[in-house]
Amino acid sequence: MILEARGLTRHFGGLRAIHAVDFDLTQGEIHALIGPNGAGKTTFVGLLSGRIPVEAGTIRFAGDDITRLPAHRRVRLGIAYTFQITSIYPRLSVHDNLALAVQQRGAADLGRETLAALERVGLAGRAAQEAGTLAYGHQRLLEIAMGLALSPRLLILDEPTQGLANAEIDAFKALVRSVVPETTVLLIEHNMDVVMDLADRITVLNAGEVLASGPPAQIRANEAVQTAYLGG
Amino acid sequence: MKALALHLALIGALLAVQVVLPPYHYTNVARVMVLAVYAMGYNIAFGYTGLLSLGHALFFAAGMYATGLAVHSAPALLALPLGMLAGAAMALAVGLLALRTAGVAFMIVTLMFAQAGYLTILYYGPVTGGDEGFVLAREARMLAGLDLSADGPRYLTALAIFGVALLANLALVRSGFGRVMVAMRENEERSRMLGYDPFRTKLIALTLSGLYSGTAGAAYALMFGYVGASFAAIQYSILPLLWVLLGGAGTVLGPFFGALLMFYLIDLSSSVTDASNLVVGVALLVLVLFAPKGILGTIRERGARWLP
Amino acid sequence: MAAVLALTAVGLSLVFGVMRVVNVAHGEFFMLGAVAAWFVTSWMPGPPWLGFVATLLLAPLAVAAVAALADRLVLKRLNYDPEATIVATIGLLYILQQAALSLYGPDARPVPAPFELRLQLPWFGYSGYKLFVVAAAGLVLLAVWLIMTRSRIGLVMRATQIDRPTAQAFGIDVDRVYAGVFAMGAGLAAIAAVLIVPIQQAHYLMGGDPLLLSFIVVIIGGLGSLRGTLVAALLIGLSDGVISVFYAPTLAKILATLFVALVLVFRPQGLFGAKA
Repeated sequence: MILEARGLTRHFGGLRAIHAVDFDLTQGEIHALIGPNGAGKTTFVGLLSGRIPVEAGTIRFAGDDITRLPAHRRVRLGIAYTFQITSIYPRLSVHDNLALAVQQRGAADLGRETLAALERVGLAGRAAQEAGTLAYGHQRLLEIAMGLALSPRLLILDEPTQGLANAEIDAFKALVRSVVPETTVLLIEHNMDVVMDLADRITVLNAGEVLASGPPAQIRANEAVQTAYLGG
Repeated sequence: MKALALHLALIGALLAVQVVLPPYHYTNVARVMVLAVYAMGYNIAFGYTGLLSLGHALFFAAGMYATGLAVHSAPALLALPLGMLAGAAMALAVGLLALRTAGVAFMIVTLMFAQAGYLTILYYGPVTGGDEGFVLAREARMLAGLDLSADGPRYLTALAIFGVALLANLALVRSGFGRVMVAMRENEERSRMLGYDPFRTKLIALTLSGLYSGTAGAAYALMFGYVGASFAAIQYSILPLLWVLLGGAGTVLGPFFGALLMFYLIDLSSSVTDASNLVVGVALLVLVLFAPKGILGTIRERGARWLP
Repeated sequence: MAAVLALTAVGLSLVFGVMRVVNVAHGEFFMLGAVAAWFVTSWMPGPPWLGFVATLLLAPLAVAAVAALADRLVLKRLNYDPEATIVATIGLLYILQQAALSLYGPDARPVPAPFELRLQLPWFGYSGYKLFVVAAAGLVLLAVWLIMTRSRIGLVMRATQIDRPTAQAFGIDVDRVYAGVFAMGAGLAAIAAVLIVPIQQAHYLMGGDPLLLSFIVVIIGGLGSLRGTLVAALLIGLSDGVISVFYAPTLAKILATLFVALVLVFRPQGLFGAKA
């Protein structure tokens, strides 16, 4: 187990965004988090990454209790997060964007390692370009590259394929496959083809609670999931 | 490389012109160099880290008063670093509180702290001289054998301090930490999710900024022999903002050129009218409206992207 | 004069509440009002009360016009970006101050009170004019309160405050609302100044204290909460204790300033404000 969450709870006013969720991630797996809109997926990964404070429950990461750690400390422990709405440094160069990530994990030769990270996602040719002027697909790619450049133990991707073209999605899938099993991947995703294709395990959230959890075939067969989500 | 050469060239040029400068400008340029150190400090917080403070006069005055008061009983060589530290310590203390806020609230909180500092100086009139301040004796202004009340040593000391500050500033903004400062300015949430602590980064940046401001204040006291409450007033928090906006926020050379230009602009205008505040006000408006990037910021945008 | 400064604070808070603009030049609008009052009363023939009435009408209008102009020429072009507008209003502050110095001069000049009347109460004498000021300020505050909560103009302002794009979509001319609010805020400061010049004198540097006090009121009332500010302005305005703190020696000012800074750090929603 790389991550264990027990009884995670977070309410917003009277709304039960996340209620008493138990959740495990096995080292090296690709785990997909699905559920209808408003099920609490983004809130849930917000709790894991530390962007949203936990109200009740505990989170253990690689054996340590991280429930009360601020977000930036969790990143340093190896939990990287990419935003649902692309969040890069639009006025800095592509190179500087990535260098900020590479520099964080510590690099002996910043220039060379940044270049390597750029090449990995095929953006080396655009290193000097201002990141805000990149095409949308490239901006998403840059954001994922920043997450990867941290060499995280757990990479959380919030709807990474949203708005990407088919060819870009294929490249993305290959990229994700290339990082396991060193990195565990938790992925919020609406595109069921991507989910079924990539995920080792799937957790279904509905109304802030876990509806089902298991391998893709089992989830596909689950009646409760079908009624609640897959359109039954 | 190009950047380092450019900055060294400026220092060299300032060394060279001292032989041709008439005495009047000789003193002025020395003054501008010290004020430019202050502006550089302001720029570290505002230009690079995005912290718009309206209370930097507090840090300048902390350096000025610490040195000015210490020099009564200690050699200038000891009083100078004391003033530098006072600026940094004041910035650290203010930052610990003020950095819990952001944006407009940060501006008002820094303004309020600086105002409290200004009033404190007035309140302890017997020590600080209140409104009138105090003059430093010539003997007190001997820095390691250099007589800072004389034009030549004063100019060279100002240049030395300015040169070190400029090169340190260049090194800072090209360092890893400098990149993180800019990252905070550009996208704080992204930076947090890359593992950088926003509070810590800003606190360090503000403290460095305070160190520069305190250095400028301390040097000003020794070089021009006067310590006064007007240097702690709001006006002296606004001026570095103006210099930096004029020269170009987030550029290493901008603060110097902004301070130089503004100094002579006010100097020239005051020979025509007594409305120097009008010049300050109009300059602020024009910059905010038409040239928010300032001189060097605009040059950088128009092609010289390597400009640090 | 508590009531008067409360009036000034409401003007500042109105501008911040609706436009999200921290108007550092607000104190200068106050000063302009006082200076305008001096000009009008010294040129106006006839008895003092006639001049005073004329001033009470003309000075706020003139100041409001200056403010509306500033909004159109400067603030609007900055898209009301909070930080840029602060810098811009600082510039405005210097310009107005300098203009007053050049046109009006560095002296403090008195303006005659419209009437002389002393009320003799058993334990202290009280100037009738001061009581009139309190009553007048109270009336204006009440009017502002009614306008904001009851009238259509108030509704439009509040709609603009809450959601600018939506207000625009509903056909509200946001530019005009903003110009109007900025002018109204300045006008309130000017009314306050006109009321106070017979007691204090008109001076080109007189804007500093009301600005600081307005900041205090706005912050204590909660940044941007119009209701909170009105309540805080009234409370602070009516409590002589706080005001005497303000006019007491430097130490009291230091403490008040620090207090406000700390309120902003630890309770940004204000002392009376609801949860954020």
